[in-house]
Amino acid sequence: MYISVIDYGSGNLKSAAKALETAANNINLKFKIAVTSDPKIIKQSDKIVLPGQGSFRDCYFGIQKITGLNETLNEFVVEKKKPILGICVGMQLFAKTGYESQETKGFGWIDGTVRKINNMNGKFKLPHMGWNEIELSKDCFLFSNIKNKSHMYFIHSYEFMTKQKDCVVAKTNYGNSITVSVEKENIVGTQFHPEKSQKNGLIILENFLKWKM
Amino acid sequence: MLKNRIIPCLDVKNGRVVKGINFVDLVDAGDPVEQAKIYDEQGADELCFLDITASNENRNIILDTVKKTAEKCFMPLTVGGGVRTLEDIRNLLLAGADKVSINTAAVNNKNLVKESAEKFGSQCIVVAVDAKKVKENKWEIFTHGGRKSTGIDALKFVEKMEAMGAGEILLTSMDRDGTKKGYDLDLTKKVSNLVNIPVIASGGVGNLEHLRQGIKIGKANAVLAASIFHFGEFSIKDAKKYLDSKGIPVRL
Repeated sequence: MYISVIDYGSGNLKSAAKALETAANNINLKFKIAVTSDPKIIKQSDKIVLPGQGSFRDCYFGIQKITGLNETLNEFVVEKKKPILGICVGMQLFAKTGYESQETKGFGWIDGTVRKINNMNGKFKLPHMGWNEIELSKDCFLFSNIKNKSHMYFIHSYEFMTKQKDCVVAKTNYGNSITVSVEKENIVGTQFHPEKSQKNGLIILENFLKWKM
Repeated sequence: MLKNRIIPCLDVKNGRVVKGINFVDLVDAGDPVEQAKIYDEQGADELCFLDITASNENRNIILDTVKKTAEKCFMPLTVGGGVRTLEDIRNLLLAGADKVSINTAAVNNKNLVKESAEKFGSQCIVVAVDAKKVKENKWEIFTHGGRKSTGIDALKFVEKMEAMGAGEILLTSMDRDGTKKGYDLDLTKKVSNLVNIPVIASGGVGNLEHLRQGIKIGKANAVLAASIFHFGEFSIKDAKKYLDSKGIPVRL
């Protein structure tokens, strides 16, 4: 099995790749994990992971800058319906529109927008940084063996908002209730960083690897 | 509910831990990866590496340390010490750091924080502020590991850093650092109330009660400590249990 961690110049890809390797070892599955932006390699992959750090806008344009990457990702996700996991801004990019610094188009795979977290006039500090409990709102393979109210590591100032309530898998509370995991057919995403969430995070990555095997 | 973070800090010189866990049963107490693994197992919420390597030619060694640690520990990692340029930040992030802390260079190069926040995102830019009390209700910024006075007002400086795009403030009291007398709570509270980004209290922890004070009185979002954890006097678990028993939200 081949997994591609999509490299478009965003942040800490090695951690994601290493955590996936460790997760694969934990469940005795053989995966070849590549950190790549090469459309050819991505097309041949069985699953992909889309990380993301920095702003929605920078990430979106980071993808556009690489020839063929946008089309390849759309083909992989929409036509081939192969599994994708988006992490942090990687998940946010699933939305139709992002409003960080300027209005920016996203992939639009899930009907939603990405807006700044309402910090209640400074009562809540931004970024939302650190360990927060997640509330599971529906059954999802990604959270199998994860207890409700487990802690995950977050670091973000913008949140994914969607009217497609059936896509929301988990929420957290930070002033308001914030969507922190989404699922739609072959698409899953987490606002938190599984690759930084110690044991619980590795379980989530294991679940992603085991999915649709 | 978002939990208060407990952050142990390791001083690393030429790739070796010079101030860190000093347990008798450690095979190689100088190995940063081994030390990081212990804190990871104890449930530290984040780990901080402070690179105190003096010579420039040995600076790249920290990249290897970060890389090896990030391969083994799946927890947030902040790295500071000697960060001067966008290139330094990029290299640390690529090696596996999640956040980079900028100290002297944030004072000397006005645009570094702004440019790095624009380039890499505020979430990974920590400004490390070393402050010393100069008179009642007044603190001044010191650089070069607290040796050089700058005449800059600490409170004005943190506000400016927030406006420039810093994602977090690592606030060290130079008066308290190494004293084991507890954080400078006045300073911590003033800074925490002033900025809308998270503040890490640092400098002076001698017991677990000091951690509680930093959060409860100083209003810090996270507490950093070094020596109380290094000698096995307290584990991260002890600290969390204590804070929990005092009603402070922590991740147990």
